[in-house]
Amino acid sequence: MTFFEFAKRNLKRHWVRTLLAVIGIVIGVVAIATLGILGNSINLMVGDMVSDVGDTLVVTPAVSGGGMFGGVSGGKLSGRQVEDIARAAGSNRVIPIATAFDRLETGNLDRGVQIYAMHADDIPYLLERESGTFPKETTAGILIGKQLAEAGEKDGLRAGSRVQLGGETVRVLGVLEERGLSFDINPDYAVVVPYRWFSDRYDRNDYDQVIVKVRDVRNIDSVRMDIEDRMNRRDRVVSVMDTGRIMESIMSAYGQITIFLMGIGAISLIVAGVSILNVMMMSVTERIREIGILRSIGTLRSEVMRMFLYEALILGLMGAVIGGVLSFAGGLLMTALFLEDTSYLFNLTSIMYIVFGMAFGIATSVASGIYPAWNAAQLNPIEALRHE
Amino acid sequence: MPIISFKDVTKIYPLPAGDVRALNHVSLEIEAGEFVSLMGPSGSGKTTLLNVMGSLDVPTSGEVYINGARISVMDDDELTHLRRDHIGFIFQHFNLIPLLSVVENVEYPMILKTKKGGRACTKRAAEVLHAVGLEDELFTHKSNELSGGQQQRVAIARALVNDPAILLADEPTGNLDTKTGSGIMDLLVQMNEAGKTIVMVTHDPRMAEYSHRIIRIEDGVLI
Repeated sequence: MTFFEFAKRNLKRHWVRTLLAVIGIVIGVVAIATLGILGNSINLMVGDMVSDVGDTLVVTPAVSGGGMFGGVSGGKLSGRQVEDIARAAGSNRVIPIATAFDRLETGNLDRGVQIYAMHADDIPYLLERESGTFPKETTAGILIGKQLAEAGEKDGLRAGSRVQLGGETVRVLGVLEERGLSFDINPDYAVVVPYRWFSDRYDRNDYDQVIVKVRDVRNIDSVRMDIEDRMNRRDRVVSVMDTGRIMESIMSAYGQITIFLMGIGAISLIVAGVSILNVMMMSVTERIREIGILRSIGTLRSEVMRMFLYEALILGLMGAVIGGVLSFAGGLLMTALFLEDTSYLFNLTSIMYIVFGMAFGIATSVASGIYPAWNAAQLNPIEALRHE
Repeated sequence: MPIISFKDVTKIYPLPAGDVRALNHVSLEIEAGEFVSLMGPSGSGKTTLLNVMGSLDVPTSGEVYINGARISVMDDDELTHLRRDHIGFIFQHFNLIPLLSVVENVEYPMILKTKKGGRACTKRAAEVLHAVGLEDELFTHKSNELSGGQQQRVAIARALVNDPAILLADEPTGNLDTKTGSGIMDLLVQMNEAGKTIVMVTHDPRMAEYSHRIIRIEDGVLI
């Protein structure tokens, strides 16, 4: 027979009240954990969709005239400008890219595709292939994006097949790995061609953007400044986009969504805490005489306090355990319903939200028990004994 | 040396309607092994006197020594330890803890003292319950399943379990019929003969006859 046993028995004595208090905590824990998981899953999903480009600077011709909305692209970057960028970028890899839009035909497939042209030896630095080979500068072969390959699968679009690109027959040398949404290029639905072939075919000697892969991410700011200093000395010729920074601000926006969602959950847990406070205050009021007896036969104030805090702890533990199990189920349901992908639930950070929800539930419960427990401990034993 | 000693003790309860002087310059001494009755009309201060003896209350002025300890200088934890280790309380309304079984009620003060339960505590509780005349089959019952006399016997067993020097009884037979009351008084006499100092508050002169000495109090003053 310990104080813990005392607390357990008292909760059992008023089991309906106990059940209601536990339900309150369960709801709070489930709300906080499930909303946390949902937010986190959204974060992870966005993170997966946007490929890792934290080490990338994207240099594009500066928008000129008319401000943000009325502006037109300053056009192209010349070979000479690209050389200047390369010089400013030092030993970091500089990948100039030209783009065009043309028609792709094979079998029954007939659609417009984005074309990315880059020097053949740059391609493996930026893209990974799933099948086939990378083109050589002199060959006329192309690479196709993963999604495009899937879209054209039934029309025989695959590595090794022949297609019409802008009316000219070319060979598909390989299929690229899926890359996801990105700030530099999005080749999943596009075609990648060697620059020399592109230059001959479209009569172009310029570029639309330059991607700089910075070897050491810590230097990204200085490289960006070097490029801007060199290129924009007199006029604003190029704009340099730091993809890492954009990623950071996007992820922090989603992080805030998670916090907001968890805040909603926390409110419900605080409501549950207030209900525990109420339950405990009732428990103390009902047991004033009993507390008087306990005190008169030698129970210390701290022991009375401990007895009541154990009650709050048990309520919290029960609520947290049941809530934890239900949160997992709730997380499964939420991610299945809203994201149609439950794999994000089986992730350490998602599980951590359940643990956090449970810990918060227990902490709220114990915190709610402190005042009633203190009140019980402060009762004067003589007055408590007189209480009817 | 007396086991209980009051020196010029005054206890004032401040109330909105004016202060109530429950004890007024009370001095008394009770020797170890005495059986003393406290008698007086309602509101005379006898329960206050008993509460101060039981270290449940401290005097407004004057000095009280219980078992050699000066209670006016003790903090709440020290007073609680004094009650737990040296004083046994017997109440008119038995005051058993409804959450606990008979044997657990008796074990409880031992657990407080030893900080651990276990077989030794249960064995000692059973011994004391046997000593107050209760049979094993009642041990697992809840207190509200017992008769008044049985409940008071459990309460006496609880008061005795830590082997205190002093037993304080506040109208221990007040809620019992005469026959049962006599049985409880016989038990108290038996405990007194075994060496316990007993101070009993009572209204009933027949019960007071069991004691060695009667202390009378009226309006907070010993008469």
